[in-house]
Amino acid sequence: MKSGKFWAWLTFVLGAAYFFIPLIATLEFSMRMKRGEYSFEAYRVVLGDARFQESFTFSVVAAIFTIILGVLLVVPTAYWIRLRLPQLRPIVEFVTLLPLVIPAIVIVFGYIRMYGSSSPLPFLASGLGTNALLVIGYATLALPYMYRAVDTGLRTIDVRTLTEAAQILGAGWTTIIGRVILPNVLIAVLSGAFLTFAIVIGEFTVASLLNRPAFGPYLQNMGANRAYEPAALAIIAFAITWGCMSLIQVLSRFAPKSANRPN
Amino acid sequence: MAEPFLSIQHVRKSFGATTVVQDFNLDVEPGEFVSFLGPSGCGKTTVLRMVAGFEEPSAGKIVVAGKDITRLKPNQRNVGMVFQAYALFPNLTVAQNIAFGLKVAGMSKPDADRRVAEMLDMIKLPQMADRYPYQLSGGQQQRIALARAIAPKPKLLLLDEPLSALDAKVRVSLREEIRSIQKKLGITTIFVTHDQEEALSISDRIAVMYGGRAEQVGTPFEIYNRPATKFVANFVGTLNVLEGKVTDASAGKVQVNAQEVSLKGKLNGSKSGDTLSLALRPEAISLARQPGHDTSLSGEIAEVHFLGSVIRVRVGIGGNTVSLDTFNNSTTPPPVVGDKADISFSSGDMLVLH
Repeated sequence: MKSGKFWAWLTFVLGAAYFFIPLIATLEFSMRMKRGEYSFEAYRVVLGDARFQESFTFSVVAAIFTIILGVLLVVPTAYWIRLRLPQLRPIVEFVTLLPLVIPAIVIVFGYIRMYGSSSPLPFLASGLGTNALLVIGYATLALPYMYRAVDTGLRTIDVRTLTEAAQILGAGWTTIIGRVILPNVLIAVLSGAFLTFAIVIGEFTVASLLNRPAFGPYLQNMGANRAYEPAALAIIAFAITWGCMSLIQVLSRFAPKSANRPN
Repeated sequence: MAEPFLSIQHVRKSFGATTVVQDFNLDVEPGEFVSFLGPSGCGKTTVLRMVAGFEEPSAGKIVVAGKDITRLKPNQRNVGMVFQAYALFPNLTVAQNIAFGLKVAGMSKPDADRRVAEMLDMIKLPQMADRYPYQLSGGQQQRIALARAIAPKPKLLLLDEPLSALDAKVRVSLREEIRSIQKKLGITTIFVTHDQEEALSISDRIAVMYGGRAEQVGTPFEIYNRPATKFVANFVGTLNVLEGKVTDASAGKVQVNAQEVSLKGKLNGSKSGDTLSLALRPEAISLARQPGHDTSLSGEIAEVHFLGSVIRVRVGIGGNTVSLDTFNNSTTPPPVVGDKADISFSSGDMLVLH
């Protein structure tokens, strides 16, 4: 028993060290911009850089649109599959996993070939079109996370009975999804949304190859040309991701509780 | 005869090659409480779901108040329904749950609030308005579900085994409450159950279903006392079945274990030499000859179960076993297994099962 505990703690300590040592080293390095003292100079430089603000704002806006697109695509799909087409579930699960298997570079080259300025759907002919394609690409990359989050949320409620209860009370599909299903899977949707946000903020390949001024290419550019600022940026990006994860945890406390209790 | 309020006409439902409801017919009068009673898989819930609009009949039609609703969507039928699993919306409070149908129908907030308060008073839970479903017991949740179904004043109320998930005590009180609310509002109601006691105690009429068909439709009294088929006789209540042989069809004579029973006027279509199944309810049988009992059979006490106020006795008569209950009497000891015993009954209580 004691030996088991020892090994469990040892594994935990090794794992924590593997995770935290590079993080602490990066943090420590990011604070050594001024010679002979620790300071937040690198953070001041980064946060004061107009390109940082522009690229970060661009990525945040892209993330918001990606989340909206993801919710509009995934919630009705996952709901309908649970309600009416459970036999299609393995196929849809496979499709939603494809972005994990197919590298982003393959997807973006496919986009460039399919939606170039000479194609019937010339997304890439304008800035707005390219931005739209970027959002679509991001929604594809986030699909495995969004779909699983929403599907897990739907699993916790009796989708069929709640749908029928709403239908018999006169509700149409918009009311059912908007007032019954979505509020009951909202926490799951938010989990998916924050994961999407984290993915979009750090994404490099699609944004770079579509030549968009996103945060990912900015990070790469800084990393290639500066010493201390990339470390500060890495810590900032890490803090944003952790912030998103913490929000998921906080919001999950507000999930509607199951009503299934005997008597 | 008045026009039926709900008319289910020649309805059939198949799922692929399997037919679960076949040629189902039923007319329900306004304000009537009709129960669909039957074992699992008999098609009772499928018929109810077709009336609600969740399933589309493969053939036949459903008419409510003179209007054919067969192809209408559930949200266009103005039907209320209570589900076995309560189906309250977990994200809404009790008041919001009850107001859901009213809001969908476009009722103003003050009117909806008034109606919600009225419904909460009706189900005697006025203090629960701000609670969430997870804060309520099963019985309370089902009351709320009933209030929610009734709030928009539906033309028809459908109850899909609403008491099945509750414990015995709550079931009895809630079924009485459901019946009393139904009578007060005069709402036409279909109640699905597999519990015969429930169906017998609260229904105006019962449709006993088996194999996708209505075996018999009648009042609880008719269903219990004059079952039309062997299935109904066996399914509703406890029944003793005795195998007999017709010895003289014209005189109505039947032999049970070499003892003669007279069933004058009940042997329609039988010939001498035919074997018959004869049925008797336990409460129609006495251990000794009673006034008014014109028939007796001799046998042997096979089992005795002392249940407190009641003693359940099983008497073997040849290859048949007859079960009957006698009241406990502190001055008379219970019968002893192996003793000879005579049972008596009125031949008028004996049913011939076809």
